[in-house]
Amino acid sequence: MAKANSRLTTADVIRTDSKGLLADWMAELRSGGEDPRISQADLRAQAEEFLQLLAAAATSNVDVSSPEWAPVRTFLEGVSRSRATQGFTTQETATFIFSLKKPLFARVRESAGRDPEALARETWRISELIDRLGMHTANTFQKIREDVIRRQQEELLELSTPVVNLWDGILALPMIGTLDSARTQIVMESLLQRIVETGAEIAIIDITGVPTVDTLVAQHLLKTVTAIRLMGADCIISGIRPQIAQTIVHLGVELHGVTTKATLADALAIALTRTGLTVTKTKAQ
Amino acid sequence: MDRIPILRMGQFLLVTIQVDMHDQLALRLQDDLTTEIQRRRSKGVLIDISALEMVDSFIGRMIANISAMSRMLDAETVVVGMRPAVAITLVELGLSLPGVHTALDVERGMQRLRDRLGPTDVGHGSHQH
Repeated sequence: MAKANSRLTTADVIRTDSKGLLADWMAELRSGGEDPRISQADLRAQAEEFLQLLAAAATSNVDVSSPEWAPVRTFLEGVSRSRATQGFTTQETATFIFSLKKPLFARVRESAGRDPEALARETWRISELIDRLGMHTANTFQKIREDVIRRQQEELLELSTPVVNLWDGILALPMIGTLDSARTQIVMESLLQRIVETGAEIAIIDITGVPTVDTLVAQHLLKTVTAIRLMGADCIISGIRPQIAQTIVHLGVELHGVTTKATLADALAIALTRTGLTVTKTKAQ
Repeated sequence: MDRIPILRMGQFLLVTIQVDMHDQLALRLQDDLTTEIQRRRSKGVLIDISALEMVDSFIGRMIANISAMSRMLDAETVVVGMRPAVAITLVELGLSLPGVHTALDVERGMQRLRDRLGPTDVGHGSHQH
């Protein structure tokens, strides 16, 4: 019976004096100084909505992962998301929830009166509840940040591998940055896919923007060249800088059977020749 | 038992692989194809694998073998229409199929065979059939 009573207390505490609680909470939130990234009105609206949801959910069990708490969890995830995009830190986001402790405890103390046992029990319950909600918020925040990082990585990968249509039937792939297995895989796939789509017979891989070539990178390049050949197209590697030529030879990497050119211009010239095209001046000099 | 049909187009043989290649089927194709090259005195073989979605090392080696056998029987082999995923798989398996000629599609593959044969041979061949 005592337990049932105490269960009612959390929700009751919020419901009976929600205005006062909100005011105290807002004061607590403001104590760290006003944040220009979020307006007071927005913060107040969020706090108010959270209190309503908390009052509705607190009547049932304390297990935050249970379905009764789904609306609260969803709300907190929304808060985390908006905080993450606004550039808040994890601490600042979690403080939003944790700062509710002080005003809540004050009210529990009042309602418990002179029963120290009930006070201790209720304080512990609320503390645990707020901790869990805070952890959930922080976790979601972290997850959203990681998503942002992952998305940016993917975008970076896509950005760095544009396949350019140089001429009718000639594709070029200017590679920029260090080549690792993951990038080579994406480069290879997008280039092969474009060969299928365009029916291009010659693909030029330009490695002017690749800072260093080690055995692994050379191997990746060779794999790409072989895959292109298997599909029935030709591959030319261009933009080989003197240092890179030296490294490749010193490493003992065999590039035979692969057409290599020093510059993209040379590669385009030979590609045009192979497709039976010539470039001529329209005016005699 | 099902087998892969071998179509004759003048001096060339056309093989289109439309089904999932399993080992038995590949062995049978190798058998049929070598017999057919010898019987028809074909000068070129075109293998269209544009419908092939998956390969393993056995099938990869099979393609290389068929090409080598045809060459011994004086017929060029051109493999056409390999999908990107298949090409990547073969490369990852370490099968770069050296000596196998490739082309993007059947049309270009045919052109390649005709180019290899030279004009006089084509004339000679068309008289025969």
